[in-house]
Amino acid sequence: MLIDVHAHFYHDRTLRADWRERNASRLRAGERIGITTHVASILGSFGRTSPTYFPSPADLEYGNNALIGLEHTHPDRIRGYVTVNPNYATHARVEIQRGLAAGMIGIKLAASRRASDPLLDPICELARERGVPVLHHVWQHRRRDWPGQEASDAVELCALAARHPDVRFILAHIGGGGDWQHSLAALARIPNVAVDLSGSGVDGGMLESCLAAVGVERLVWGTDLTMDTGWAKLRYLERLLAPKELELVRWKNAARLFPHGVFPSD
Amino acid sequence: MRVDVNALLGAYPFRKVPGTSPDALLQAMDRVAIDEAWVSHLPSLFWRAPGDGNAWLYETTARQSRFKPVPAVHPGLAGWELALGEAADRGAPVVRCDPTHYGLEPTGPEMRVLVAACGAARLPLMLAVRLEDARQRHPNDRAPELSAAAVRALIRSDEDVRLVITHADRAFIEEVHFGSTPEEAARLWWDVSWIWGPPEDHLATLLETIGVHRFVFGTGQPLRLPETSVAKLDLLDLATEQRAAIESENATRGLAG
Repeated sequence: MLIDVHAHFYHDRTLRADWRERNASRLRAGERIGITTHVASILGSFGRTSPTYFPSPADLEYGNNALIGLEHTHPDRIRGYVTVNPNYATHARVEIQRGLAAGMIGIKLAASRRASDPLLDPICELARERGVPVLHHVWQHRRRDWPGQEASDAVELCALAARHPDVRFILAHIGGGGDWQHSLAALARIPNVAVDLSGSGVDGGMLESCLAAVGVERLVWGTDLTMDTGWAKLRYLERLLAPKELELVRWKNAARLFPHGVFPSD
Repeated sequence: MRVDVNALLGAYPFRKVPGTSPDALLQAMDRVAIDEAWVSHLPSLFWRAPGDGNAWLYETTARQSRFKPVPAVHPGLAGWELALGEAADRGAPVVRCDPTHYGLEPTGPEMRVLVAACGAARLPLMLAVRLEDARQRHPNDRAPELSAAAVRALIRSDEDVRLVITHADRAFIEEVHFGSTPEEAARLWWDVSWIWGPPEDHLATLLETIGVHRFVFGTGQPLRLPETSVAKLDLLDLATEQRAAIESENATRGLAG
């Protein structure tokens, strides 16, 4: 078993003319790597009719529907996060209920509103009620505001996680650029945040630091936009970890975060 | 045969990096089946006189046949011609220069003289676009990244020079390649360390649009996991001869001229 907790797919109303090829490429590479389940999100229209990190309600619904469609086409391979924009608080709650009812298994929050903002509280409360995890986009040490997103860093996500100790959070792409040491320092004392290893960053020493900071039980494997780097980290972990520990990172930790029974051998 | 043209030895000043010793590099090479590594001395990249690291580099590589030295040349310091001559005498496959770290204008007069000298000496020049993702660099690590415009200017400045560019992404490579004449582009080699694999398939696209013979295997280890460059090749459907070209022959035959 190998669960990718951080995948993306595209659809016909994104800016990507090559969206079919990108989706097919992910599935093809996944077969070669041995990915059992891609747990994916679609961020609205990815910038076509509303910004990637500030998706409109209409774009969110279209993207979530596209992902539900992919789940139906590949029921043995693809599961979905419901992506929502916390600025549309009522819509977000309704969309989460709708997505989960359609078979989605988690909530994706990108960078529409700072993680520490109270507007995220109703979403987290719903995550607790429904027993699903929240995957939150994180900029590893946000030293300033970056254009195109209201990014959060680990300190801000941990503030949210501390307010919702019964909700399971996933800090997105520790290798996604930025100072991952800053994130790891923040995470050590907040047990309900797991670390998603995805991202293009493959820094020497990063995986050892993750293990030292949060322990193997809080690491989950993923790819995001670069599956080669995900596979590389997995290969490195094969040398770094005992087989039972490796199984935790490959899928068992992820299986604990998501509702019971959503993965094939869960 | 797998040759890593982009390996580093020695401590990095901006964060703790494991595996920076010669023995550790050998272990990493064994781990991912790299037969030979072209190694640079990482600490001296940040020194005022980067060539001061060359003696250690020559001594270290002389003790280990799987290492080939990539000595540093600072064309703004008197005597740099001797460093270039020594590199040729000692069989260095390439020399490196990191102008933005040295405080040199990448297309300034010192660099143009170095490029001409490398062309005359038939010694390829290695340039790194970056060492780390800009988003994660230490606040005091402020040397600019090498620009694509600078690479275009340098390859045009001497008709004999051959350049090996490391840590470049797809956009950078395309901008330089298609912004150069075919003759100029034929004197450029790109290491694969910073090029994305699936699902974006940047490397697959470049191999199709630019051609297999312009790419060499590089990792950037130990700053980056060497497994990445192997994984991205494993995710391609390459013919045996194409893979051999990238993994060794483009470096050991094509680049050697």
